[in-house]
This record gives sequence, C-alpha cells and structure tokens, in this order.
Amino acid sequence: MADISAPGPYGAKLSACPACDAVPLASRVAESAIKSDLVLSLPTAHCATCIADVERALRAQPGVNSARVNLTLRRVMIDAPGRRAEEFIPILQGIGYEAHELDLSALSSSAAGRQGRDLLMRIGVAGFAMMNIMILSVAVWSGASGPTRDMFHWISALIALPTVAFAGQPFFASAWASLRAGRLGMDVPISLALILATAISVTETLQSGHHAYFDAAVMLCFFLLVGRYLDFRSRAVARSAAEELTALEVSRAVLLTDGAESIVNVADLRPGDLIRIRPGARVAADGEIVAGMSEIDRSFLTGESLPVRAGPGDDLSAGDVNLTGPLDLRVRAAGRDSSLSRLATLVASAEASRGRYASLAERAARVYSPAVHLLALASLLGWILTTGDWRVALNIAAAVLIITCPCALGLAVPAVITAASGRLFSHGMLIKDGTALERLAEVDTVVFDKTGTLSMGLPELVSASYLPLSLHPTLLAIAQGSEHPLCRAIAAALKGEGVVPAQLDRVTEIPGHGVEAEWDGRLVRLGRPDWVGLPAAAADGPVSVLAVEGHDPVTLHFADTLRPGAADCVAALRGQGLRVIMLSGDAEAAVARTASALGIDEFHATVTPQQKEAEVASLAAAGARVLMVGDGLNDTAALVRAHVSISPASALDAARVASDIVLMGYDLAPIAEAMALAKTARRRIKQNFAISVGYNVVAVPFAMLGLVTPLLAALAMSFSSVSVTLNALRLR
Amino acid sequence: MAVLFILIPVSILLGAGGLAAFLWSLKARQYDDPKGDAARILSDEWDERPKPPQNSDP
Repeated sequence: MADISAPGPYGAKLSACPACDAVPLASRVAESAIKSDLVLSLPTAHCATCIADVERALRAQPGVNSARVNLTLRRVMIDAPGRRAEEFIPILQGIGYEAHELDLSALSSSAAGRQGRDLLMRIGVAGFAMMNIMILSVAVWSGASGPTRDMFHWISALIALPTVAFAGQPFFASAWASLRAGRLGMDVPISLALILATAISVTETLQSGHHAYFDAAVMLCFFLLVGRYLDFRSRAVARSAAEELTALEVSRAVLLTDGAESIVNVADLRPGDLIRIRPGARVAADGEIVAGMSEIDRSFLTGESLPVRAGPGDDLSAGDVNLTGPLDLRVRAAGRDSSLSRLATLVASAEASRGRYASLAERAARVYSPAVHLLALASLLGWILTTGDWRVALNIAAAVLIITCPCALGLAVPAVITAASGRLFSHGMLIKDGTALERLAEVDTVVFDKTGTLSMGLPELVSASYLPLSLHPTLLAIAQGSEHPLCRAIAAALKGEGVVPAQLDRVTEIPGHGVEAEWDGRLVRLGRPDWVGLPAAAADGPVSVLAVEGHDPVTLHFADTLRPGAADCVAALRGQGLRVIMLSGDAEAAVARTASALGIDEFHATVTPQQKEAEVASLAAAGARVLMVGDGLNDTAALVRAHVSISPASALDAARVASDIVLMGYDLAPIAEAMALAKTARRRIKQNFAISVGYNVVAVPFAMLGLVTPLLAALAMSFSSVSVTLNALRLR
Repeated sequence: MAVLFILIPVSILLGAGGLAAFLWSLKARQYDDPKGDAARILSDEWDERPKPPQNSDP
C-alpha cells in the first residue's frame, strides 16, 4: 500500500489507496478518547488547513505519540510523555499559529462532557420510545378496539416503563432532593405526573381500559429533557470559556535555591522560599523584597495607574506587576490564598449578605407547583364524591397533572436563556450564571472601576510636539531600551509617526530611575524628573524627562488610554436612563480627567476596596439595583456585593470568578447591548409564561370535567411546547 | 391482522437500531468537536489514529 503522506493543504490529490479509505474508521473511533497529557489553546485556528498544519507539525516532533486538534474548543491535545507544553509553542508560532499553554487542572471539560452525553443519551432513549409509542397510539386513537387495543397498550407499556424509569431519573433525583429540603420545586409535579400517568396507564391496561397515557408520559419526558439539555449547554459553554481564561494563566515562579534558578508551579511555593521576579512578570506570592530595585504596577490591587518604586525591605503582594528590574522576594504567603487572603473575608461577607437570587422560573414554580397539586387533588376528590368511582377519579387527576405539566417553564426559560446567551457570546460576552440576564434587566445604576476597566491602565504620550524634531530618533532609541510602560508608550507613539531610531551606545536601564545611554559621546537620560536633575514636579499625571547633554531637559506628559468603546458605552447607558458612577482607587486628578473625558458626573477617587464595597452596599440599601463593572482585586468585594457584575477578560482571576458576566474582547460597547437584550429576554420569558398559563386556563377545565382523552393531552402538550420554543427562538 | 405481528416487531427493531446507532455515536464522542469534524472531511490526510499498521507516521 502506498503511503499517503505529504499532501498539500487541501490539495485535490486523491488517496493513492482507495481501499485504505474504505477501512471502517468507526470501530477504531470508538475508543478515540486520546490520552491527552498536554493541552494548548489555539485561538486563531479556524479551518481544515489549520488542523492539518498543526497536527502535522506536532506529529513530526520526536516523542509525540499523537496530536489532535479540537476545532470547536480551539485546542490541541498532545500525547507526548516526557515533553513539556511550552516546548511546542515556538514550533506552532513558527508555522504561524498563536498558541498558549493551558493549565489542565483548571479545566473540567471532561466532567461537563460526561454530563452532557448522559443527558443526550436520555433524550435519545425518550425520543425513540416516544416515536414508537406514538405509532401504536395513533392506531388506538383511530379506532383500534378490543384485543388489538389491549395488545398495543401492552407493547406501549413494555417500551414506556423502562423509558420512564431511565429517562426520568434527572427529574426524580431533583424532585427527591427538593422534597428532602422541604421545598416544592418544579420537578415535583413533573415527577408526580410521570409516575402517576405511567401507573394509571398500567392499571388501565391490566383492566383493558380505553385510555392509556404512555405516549403523554414519554413525550413529557422528552420535551423536558430537551429543556434540561439546553439549560446545561448554555451553562457549559460559558463555563468552559471562563475556565479557559483561568487555565491560560499557567502560574509558574522562578525559585532560587542557593543561587540556582528553577521553575516551579506557584502552588508549590512555601513561605520562606526565595523567588526571583523578572521584569514584566506578575508577582506570584506575597513577600518582602530582599534584593533589587524596580518599579511596580499595583493597579490590579489598588487601582493606581502610576507605577511605584520598590526596593529592599518593601512589601509586594501577589498580583503586582514588576516593571523594570529583577527582584528577589522572600515569600511570606503563597499559593492561591495569598492574593485573596486580605480580601477573602470581605468577599465572603459580601456573598453572605447578597443572598440567593430567585429566578423568574423559580418564582413562577413556587406558585405553580402548589396550584397544580391542588387542582389535581380537587378533581380527584370531586370525582370520588360525585361518582364514587376511584378508577375514573384517578384517571382524571392524572389527566389534570399531564395537561398542567410545566413544559413551558421547563423548556421556554432555558430556550430563551440559551438564545440570548448565544447571541451575547457572539458579541464577546460570557454569561456565567443563568439568572445573570434576568438580574441585568433590572439594573438601574452602573458602577465602573477606572483603571483596567474604563481605561486600559496603559499610558499614552500626549506631548511629543514640544520635543525638537531632531531629538525624536534619540528618544525612540532610548525608549526602546526599557520595558517600562512609559517607555513603551513613547516607542509606540514615535513608531506610529514613522521615526527611525538613532544609533545609541551603552544603553543601560537603571531600575527605579530610568534609562541611560550615549549618543555621539553625549550622555542621554530618560527617566524620573528627580533623577535627571529636575525638581519632582507635582504633575497631574505620569511624566518622564528626556535630558540630552547640551539641550534643555524636556518633560513628556502622558495620559491614561481609554478603553475602546468606553465613551460609547457610558453614553448609551446614560441614554437608557441609568445612573453611572465611577469609583477608583487612583488619584483625584487622574480620575477627574477620565470622568470628564467620558461624561461621568459622579465619581470618587482614592477609594479603598472596603469603601467600594460599602458604596455598592449603600446604593443597594437605598433601593438601587447595581451593575458593577471592575477588573481588579480591589473590586472583587464590590463585584460580589452588586446585584450583577461584569469583568473584562483582562481582569484578575479572582475578579472574573466573582463576576456573573465576563467581557471577552477589549471593547466595552457590548455592555449597553447586553442591557437591551436582557430586557428583551425577560419580556420573552414573561410572554412564554403568559402563553402557557393561557393554554392551562383553556385546557384544565376540560381535564377536570373528564373530557380530555390521551389524544387531546398529546396535542395540547406538543402545541404549548412548540409555541413557547418558537417564541423563544425569535430572540436569535 | 396477522401482518401486525410482523410489522410491529419490525418497526420497533428499526427504531431500536436507530437508537443503538445514536448511543454508539454518542459513546464514540462524535459530538465533541462538530466544527473540527466538518473541516476534517476536506483534509486528505488520515483523520483518526487508525493508519494501516504497515504505514509509519509521516
């Protein structure tokens, strides 16, 4: 047989060996769960060529047993014992694919996949049973009688009994759980209807009665399972995307043992360890600096947009970002607790005081379940008292339960939520909590954090025009000597104008001060005002000074960049009649400038995390429904306390976990769209309730009078289910 | 009427066959990556692990 390797991307090349293609893949696919040791995220993969390229490149590597791309999840799973994921990243980048390592421990997709497959299997079984029983039922409805009808009922019973026992399990389990907790959830009437309908039908069949409800019981099961599955899907999609964000932050630290560097997982750090933090890296644990000088970006913890200087003896917290020089840190508190420990109590108390939100469906079920049970009981008692016939009375009670069964509640709400979440997902918003949309629809006050949320936390050069043109190449060259955010901003601004960097010698970065170099034998310095010999002016924003021997020093001013869409978002929210407030931990001047740029009148500067939470709580106490948008650790408690919360994907993990909705892109504009969509979704849910109540108002009197036949029950049930689902899908 | 004794088992067996096929496809994880499977049909490389044993990896 010829080898069919070396194909072009999709080339029209046919397989040299048709027989190979005919080999049934099926039997081998069966155990296709590739043992995946390593997982990489491939955000740019999107087509067949991508799959082929990536898999071929990885399989060509020594030690790789298999590599399989999952295009739906945009991941590649590599089975390569003894190799590390980061070794493959440059290989994929070499062929043009962006790749990121994923932390497997943060992903739980296999458990979610199992649950989804379990529900699908039950749907399949219920669907098969429904169709087969329906064939037999149609024969009965169209007039089969005597032994034929009895035989059809028996065959239906043989199919329906195991089906209800198997496919109904999710409902029975949850009904039992809610009964044990002393509540009357939606699953109680569902389970009762399933069990009663099946039991009555069996006894009717035994006595060769006219009516059996096997088809209704199984159809009910099928429709409600579809609702369950939709509900599960919308949550699973959001959860897996949220987990992927977490998994992207593979946390490693550089551990120093007797001067030797080794890479360890952050989880393995112990208090007392000495770690090295390289410039540009995020501090992995709380601790004290023992060596090194640098500047620290604390915006995630405090909201300050200006870097602060740090040297030996200073404390750092997990979440700080080291900007300029390497630092050696003695760990005091490590692991997941460190960054959260100070705010954990705050978050816990906020969580406790918020309480659980009862969704519309739950509130409806709270009225609906007792009402349904009372109606069924009333018809049972009424018919016993008037006719004294237990069999007729039980039959009618079962018919009432089947007719009133909450198909609309069980199917319509998940369908609306799925349609709305799907639409928001395509706009780059992840709904992590099913009730978040309903809560979003009630919001009347929006509280924004500044740094990292409304602004990017990245400075932008605003005053390059004061600089003599002849110095532009020098400035660009010296700015490229550092990874400091201000230097990067200068470099970005000048490169944008097409400046070519000058040739500099001996470029050295002096951590905590600036960059120094020689240009034609003259000393050039770019850095803090006090370092280049100017008084540290109390400027209203970050400044940097360029000093060239023989020239006057030039002060460069910077402003915080606004997040794209921030102004539109604020304007749109105010246009919807919402109160917009900004709370920031940053300095007064910077906050005021951002506020006026965005048109926000209400703002507070230098706010501590505790004050943020208190402010949100006092707004809530005054009756406001608050939407909190924030990204930092300092926002976490306020995010939890708010009625509903949103965080951008660039936020710290803790903030994303605390919020209900995660914004995937850079743009803030989807927030305003989401508010509008949430209101539509809520209206649609209420419409669906109205539709199903309408059906019941018409059908229940007939059922109670004993006029409903299995045919009518089947018709009413499918019509109400299909109409609410179609109404929900109008949202797409 | 006698035809019923053939037709009913046949209809149930056909349905059961469909159900079995569905359950098998579910177990075989054919719904795990719908986008990828749709794209893979365009690739003329071997799709899954199974290559004829005598062929080594490219």
